[in-house]
Amino acid sequence: MELQAVLMAAGGGSRMMDLTYNTPKPLLPVGNRPLIWYPLNLLERAGFEEVIVITTKEVQKALSTDQRLKLDVKMKLNVECIQEDADMGTADALRHIQQKLKTDILVVSCDLITDVALHEVVDLFRAHNATLSMLMSKCTSSRRRVPVKKAEREQRDFVGVDSAGKRLLFMANEADLDEGLIIKKSVMRKHPRMHIRTGLLDAHLYCLKRSVVDFLVENKSISSLRGELVPFLVRKQFSKTSISRREEDHSDQSQKRKDATAALDEALLQLASERSCWNDHSGDMSEAYHGGRLRCYAHIMQEGTCYRVNTLTSYVEANRVAPKLFEEAAVHPSAVISERSQVGGDSIIGASCHIADKTSIKRSTIGASTIVKEKVKITNSIIMNSVTIEEGCNIQGSVICNNAVIGRGADIKYCLVGSGQRIEAEAERTNDVIVGSDQLMEI
Amino acid sequence: MADSEGNERSKQTAIINHAADEGDEKSLAEIQKAKNEGKELTKEEKLRLRKEKKQQKKGKKDDKGPTEKAPVKEKTANPPASSQPVTQNAAQKAPSAVSVPVSESTAPTDKSAKSKAELKAERRARQEAERASKQAKKEPGSQAPSSKSKAPPSELQPAVKRLPEHIQVDDPAVVRKLAKKLERQQKSGQGTSLNVSRVKIPLRSDYGYKVSLFSHLHQYSRKAPLTQQISIPATVIHPSIVRLGLQYSQGIVAGSNARSVALLHAFKQVIQDYSTPPNEELARDLVNKLKPYISFLNQCRPLSASMGNAIKYIKKEISNIPSQYKEEEAKKKLLSCVDSYVNEKITLAAKGISKYAIDKISDGDVILVYGCSSLVNHILCEAFEKQRKFRVIVVDSRPRLEGREALRRLVNRGIRCTYVLISAVSYVLPEVSKVFLGAHALLANGYVMSRVGTSQIALVAKAYNVPVLVCCETYKFCERVQTDSFVSNELDDPDDLIVTRKGKTHLADWQSETSLGLLNLVYDVTPPDFVDLVITELGMIPCTSVPVVLRVKNVDQ
Repeated sequence: MELQAVLMAAGGGSRMMDLTYNTPKPLLPVGNRPLIWYPLNLLERAGFEEVIVITTKEVQKALSTDQRLKLDVKMKLNVECIQEDADMGTADALRHIQQKLKTDILVVSCDLITDVALHEVVDLFRAHNATLSMLMSKCTSSRRRVPVKKAEREQRDFVGVDSAGKRLLFMANEADLDEGLIIKKSVMRKHPRMHIRTGLLDAHLYCLKRSVVDFLVENKSISSLRGELVPFLVRKQFSKTSISRREEDHSDQSQKRKDATAALDEALLQLASERSCWNDHSGDMSEAYHGGRLRCYAHIMQEGTCYRVNTLTSYVEANRVAPKLFEEAAVHPSAVISERSQVGGDSIIGASCHIADKTSIKRSTIGASTIVKEKVKITNSIIMNSVTIEEGCNIQGSVICNNAVIGRGADIKYCLVGSGQRIEAEAERTNDVIVGSDQLMEI
Repeated sequence: MADSEGNERSKQTAIINHAADEGDEKSLAEIQKAKNEGKELTKEEKLRLRKEKKQQKKGKKDDKGPTEKAPVKEKTANPPASSQPVTQNAAQKAPSAVSVPVSESTAPTDKSAKSKAELKAERRARQEAERASKQAKKEPGSQAPSSKSKAPPSELQPAVKRLPEHIQVDDPAVVRKLAKKLERQQKSGQGTSLNVSRVKIPLRSDYGYKVSLFSHLHQYSRKAPLTQQISIPATVIHPSIVRLGLQYSQGIVAGSNARSVALLHAFKQVIQDYSTPPNEELARDLVNKLKPYISFLNQCRPLSASMGNAIKYIKKEISNIPSQYKEEEAKKKLLSCVDSYVNEKITLAAKGISKYAIDKISDGDVILVYGCSSLVNHILCEAFEKQRKFRVIVVDSRPRLEGREALRRLVNRGIRCTYVLISAVSYVLPEVSKVFLGAHALLANGYVMSRVGTSQIALVAKAYNVPVLVCCETYKFCERVQTDSFVSNELDDPDDLIVTRKGKTHLADWQSETSLGLLNLVYDVTPPDFVDLVITELGMIPCTSVPVVLRVKNVDQ
């Protein structure tokens, strides 16, 4: 077996608490499918037959019992549960399941929606015998108005790649930098041309070598893949006492039984690379890869969709785009739509919906078992499951969560209505977040 | 006129029916004559062909031999059983019979002054008949060069051999056959074992316009790797083979020796991870397992002669494993065989060759090398260690620019080097005392197959009377015979030839230019008249002694 897929679905969705306080993030509906379906579909299309899913007990229960969740994946899901309150980072989670990991791993986050050709990332990993290979995408900023509580300014990520655009030379987050970017002279000497980019989205899709997992087991101080391990590996490419030495020690220890054969194999590989007339750079006197054993690569998607649904903005954006990725009937066959309603072509109606007369639904997503009464106008909105919308409502650019009830004649613009909330009749809300009172103190 | 023609046609159908009943060879000639005229007959012919094809398909399921002969028999209406050579002869006679009645029929037709359209129709009918007869011939496996289908087969029939399939890329029927063969190979590997997983090796599609002289070769794009079409966790093909294929197609492992060593390394991994299925024997099953891997590697990049020889050796070793060996023992033996092969044929051979070659290098020499040959670099480094005083001129050529790598390695050792491009070779040659060339393969007629440009260097060196020495290990000796660089070569990605300077790429959309083709050849062939000496680990031999070495090697094995 070459690669084992690991799906990280235990994250809390800390940046969109309004949506996730009732529904765990992997189960949030995007285009009427749970969010976790998208990375699973990506892995299935790539040809994986088995996935290790790291998630909470709640999600596991919901996945196995809830019939409404359309999770028709043919792969075998190996679910590993962790405690929700354990506050485990992604690296901690890997350490937790390290017994199950036997080969190199492909780590995917549950909030990734993309149509990337996975072989691009994995080919870099294979061809260059890399330690880390990741996926990044050129961000597209959305111009639409979305319900936000306050301005959410993301800390920028500085990513340095070489002139071919494949090798990762530098990675740092603005939060970790005090005054300016510091680039080591050894890096500049080896790679005189570096492109530093800030607008890239890290898709949280990593191919890691098995020895990295061993390294994580040793160093319990690293708790997050994205925040700590990846910048560490990128830095260590160019350090003299590199992690590769430590990796070699590990590999020696674990292979003491097959000592002779492993050494001979290494010697053959060494001979092959010596005899090969290839070099990854030209102009200086060093051998291929500058003799470094640790290499990090990134595949930067120029076109295609890639979203990480970890903020409200991206959630809304993903809802708009995700259905176009997969050819699916926009209207579920079991939905009951009256003749005199207008349902736009780019809207999605879930199962068992009731859409009454004279309603107009444009560019929206309606979840399962939702009841929409007469004379309702819904535009650019996301309505989740089991919502009741009374007559005469006008909903624009909003997100209505599960089991909410919108009273008669309400006018909701760019709002977020939390789960189970009731909006009274004739209410007029704009740019508001309506959640339960017990959630108001969450900061 | 129409009536008479109609009568003629009815007469001809009567003749055909008659022939079918009787089975006479003379009537066969009449059939062929009848086939030349009139389109209606070709319709009948087509119907008959369809019936035959159906029967052939049925025949393949039951029993290949005799039932296939049935449609052929029907067609030629010959007596059954053990008549395959007879049917073949008859089939072969058919086109010759065609030529006879053709000449006969053309005379009267000229006289009757038929219009151009009718002549075209006749020709078309003739070609259809020939194609039909050829299709029937292909099943029994007789000789029919499909790439030359346009030429009249009767002239070429007796002398022409069947071209290997990897050469006939411009013929769609052959390409389809190759695809089927790749599919079949994977099923064949399973044999009688219980969990049969259908392994399909994808077919890599050609890219871009191919120059017509080389249209029989494959031309792939580096941007469309074969891994696009296989599943990501490579389960059907061993991961180390996938990695190797990727490294071949991206050029990370390049050079004859490096490719062979990397291939053997990957095979070692395959052998280590191999486990015999319950009802199979290791000797047979492992060889079958290797077949799809080799097809895969061939799709990534055409195999080199050295790789071919290494594969033959491994297959021989595997099939020679005695059946009483347990799996662990057998595996250990195989792994040690691979190691000893690398050691003997590559490492020790290099030592032996450098010993002989150093004798040929004297102080004050100016040595010209071309491109990056691992063996020549090794020799020069050894010579420098042995305190010989010489300097090197490295000649390089686009688009690979491998000479830069050779230059780097030599300068790293401390050797004084000069670097020129191949266009400057004739200016530089007056000061050169010897030319050392590496080889990709040595062919059985003494020709040297090497990186494109080598034959130019050898030619110019000959013109300046500079001795040309080719260094080559014996495992690269190949039984093929080739006298030109067209018939068998490798086409690299044409986009490599495009240059971007200051952000501007003039050839960015070369595909839209209808009259422009980009050709990126990889190998060329140097005749033995230009090569003065071949240095192998068996000694220094003239180019013409290569077949002797091959013969001796075969006798040994």
